[in-house]
Amino acid sequence: MKKMLLLVVAVMLTIGLAACGSSNNANNSTNQGAGETNNGGAEELSGSILAVGSTALQPLVDQVSKKFMETNPGVTIQVQGGGSGTGLTQVAGGQAQIGNSDIFAEEKFKDADAALAEGLVDHQVAVVAMSTVVNKDVGIDSLTKQQLVDIFTGKVTNWKDVGGVDEKITIINRPSSSGTRKTFETYALGTKTEDLQGSIQEDSSGTVKKLVGETPGAIGYLALSYLDDSVKTVKYDGVEASEATVIDGSYPVWAYEHMYTKGEPDAATAAFLAYMLTDEVQNADVTELGYIPVNKMQVKRDVDGNVTK
Amino acid sequence: MNAKTADRIATVVIFAVAAFIVLLLIGLLGFILVRGISHISWDFLTSAPETIKAGGGIGPQLFNSLFLLVLTMLITVPIGVGAGIFMSQYAKPGRLTNSIRLVVEVLSSFPSIVVGLFGMLVFVQKFDIGFSLLSGALALTVFNLPLMVRITEQAMSGVPREQKEASLALGLSRWKTITSVMFPIALPTIITGTILAAGRVFGEAAALLFTAGMSSPRLDFTDWNPLSPFSPLNPLRPAETLAVHIWKINSEGLAPDAAEIAAGASAVLVITVLLFNFGARWFGRYLHRKFTATR
Amino acid sequence: MEQPAVKGQKVAFVKPHVREEWIGRIYTTLCILFLIVTIVAIVYFVASKGLSTFFKNGVNIGDLLTGLKWNPEGEPPLFGALPFIFGSFSTSLLAALIAAPLGCCAAIFMTQIMPGVGRKYLQPVIELLAGIPSVVYGFVGLSVIVPMLRAIFPGQGIGIMAGSLVLAVMILPTITTIATDALAALPSGLKEGSFALGATRWQTIYRIVIPTTLPALLTGVVLGMSRAFGEALAVQMVIGNAPHIPRSLFESTSTLTSAITLSMGNTITGSAHNNALWSLALILLTMTFIFVFIVRVLERRNHR
Repeated sequence: MKKMLLLVVAVMLTIGLAACGSSNNANNSTNQGAGETNNGGAEELSGSILAVGSTALQPLVDQVSKKFMETNPGVTIQVQGGGSGTGLTQVAGGQAQIGNSDIFAEEKFKDADAALAEGLVDHQVAVVAMSTVVNKDVGIDSLTKQQLVDIFTGKVTNWKDVGGVDEKITIINRPSSSGTRKTFETYALGTKTEDLQGSIQEDSSGTVKKLVGETPGAIGYLALSYLDDSVKTVKYDGVEASEATVIDGSYPVWAYEHMYTKGEPDAATAAFLAYMLTDEVQNADVTELGYIPVNKMQVKRDVDGNVTK
Repeated sequence: MNAKTADRIATVVIFAVAAFIVLLLIGLLGFILVRGISHISWDFLTSAPETIKAGGGIGPQLFNSLFLLVLTMLITVPIGVGAGIFMSQYAKPGRLTNSIRLVVEVLSSFPSIVVGLFGMLVFVQKFDIGFSLLSGALALTVFNLPLMVRITEQAMSGVPREQKEASLALGLSRWKTITSVMFPIALPTIITGTILAAGRVFGEAAALLFTAGMSSPRLDFTDWNPLSPFSPLNPLRPAETLAVHIWKINSEGLAPDAAEIAAGASAVLVITVLLFNFGARWFGRYLHRKFTATR
Repeated sequence: MEQPAVKGQKVAFVKPHVREEWIGRIYTTLCILFLIVTIVAIVYFVASKGLSTFFKNGVNIGDLLTGLKWNPEGEPPLFGALPFIFGSFSTSLLAALIAAPLGCCAAIFMTQIMPGVGRKYLQPVIELLAGIPSVVYGFVGLSVIVPMLRAIFPGQGIGIMAGSLVLAVMILPTITTIATDALAALPSGLKEGSFALGATRWQTIYRIVIPTTLPALLTGVVLGMSRAFGEALAVQMVIGNAPHIPRSLFESTSTLTSAITLSMGNTITGSAHNNALWSLALILLTMTFIFVFIVRVLERRNHR
């Protein structure tokens, strides 16, 4: 009986290992295939690209990839979500050709992992701007940077202290791992904040919009593409968030959408990334989905947040 | 208080609770169906979702859900039935059997999110299958298996002993007795249980977020070669199921009619689960009649 | 085989018979082994990831279990998971407290008061409740329960109460089914004896039926709690996700599952934050084992 058990275990292990082995091989061979044909220098582009990451960027990449594949039938592009963290992990690990991220890789790979970020090449494909939104009943049009900081750090807990009606403030924040929150903290508040007692953390823009619209005294922040009549948009230091104010640099709460590759991309990936930056895409799909074309920007920003004209 | 009054009060309370539960279900189903059913049309069920425009459908998601269900069942049923037969026929009562039963019990009470995370770590990352239907099916297998085992075990031990003994006395081997005498008798119960389990798989989302992924690439419904990346039959493509789609639309939907799509998709999901339930009941009765020849 | 038979004949008779038996045995054993390998793999992988928080990232296990502050992206990062543990326990306990009386009443209705009507109408209703997907429960919770609570009680509507109400409906079928089975298995002589002594129906239920089936009823409640403990999406949608122990039932808080779903995709595999989320998953896993253990103990008492 014992011998038989052993035998059975051995057989199962072999089958298991064989299965992993074969699936690995299958994946490698497709990747190699892509590389070889590209090195061959054929005129027709071919290969397969896997783009993984940010759910915010996913609709854009998805839509553009469909257009790209129509003109380049030899290329297959798969676009997947999973979050910025997943995207960066997979591109750094070589499982994906492109990693989509809402923030700079250097901000995610910190301390011990910093070395991983070095091999990654950044391709900025769009700009996303965020606006502070409040429930319609709070009676506020504009907030200064200091007022926002006071609200999000819990110093001010009632709207009457910042010129609104007498109502308790409910913060609808993002989880501390979120790229959207990082952008908002860096460029709107200029400081890191902690999750306050009684604040609400939601990862998804749809839920944030729903809660801000329904909860009396609520404040949150949303990408411009999500704004509609159910919430009230608030000016930041008197500047309204719009495409024009972001482009000329007067409205600071924006971030790049990144598509990372590991090292220099192969021909098909490079062609796809170049296509993302053409006017055909930037002026149509990018604006259509509520992003701001990256080539229109009159200001530039580096990893450390330094803005240059 | 007099005993009679107490009896009356208690009866009223229990009646009220029973009525409340029925009303609760009616309210729930009513809420979901009333909000969603007006949005359901042939077009909604077959067309692809739209990112920002109104009028998107749930065609690929519906297909993915069904295909994933089939894949999961293809893996689960043979293993689950085999393990169930072992538990009911071969396992001798004792420590070993007891601990196997414990394993089944623990496996069935694992939170689906933990199973999903395990699937992400092992199938998606270690085996490098990526976010795919196959990863999803394997993860779903993990928590569908214990159900199948229990269903089979119960069905097999429900077979009258005389039938088994008669067969053994005729000189058939144990395995032959199991496959050709006991299994057909247990089959109606197993099928009913399987359909009910299928309903649960159909509605699962938490485990799939991390394994089957949240994206639905372009599907070419004319391409039936399972190896092509855009073929609906390719098990290695990422796939968003109906339940995951509801979760995503609710939270990230950009389309102006996102709320209606979520309501419509919820209604479709609930109707499908209802169909599974009624189907299981009807099919079980039908098979029972057929096999036992009672009217 | 006692009689000496021709060699070829013997082989022909015994071989397929034995081979068949062996195939059956090996096949079913393989299936069982697959189950065991699966569970070992799950425990191994989740534990190896979950424990790396303590070994690789140097977080103190006591700090994780009793720390009040969860700020994994802060300087220095803080990993206090007590608010999540508190949230998970309080929501699932409260859900069980709401669902248990309802489930037991439904079971009594189906077995003691009107078995005919109960089996015909209430039973399918309960099974349908079990079949509704958890995403749909979350959706209904966010669109109905949260606004309702916000209108009635002070606060945001979101929080432990909303989570518990959603979970209570979700675990009602588990509790009811097990309670019904237990009550139906009760020997009828016990009840009849009580009636013969002149006890009313309620006295019989209250004094005889419930005490004798108590361990089984508790089993149902524990299983329900265990399901509530592991539920992720429906809870995450209505609980608010603030990493704090709330001051009231209507204030935003987190559970273990909601903390995991919220940040898993946003963090990088191998980072301290990500590993800490795996530690939360490990806590969930451990709790599953504890729940199963409690159920086992209760069942043993039930059999005695």
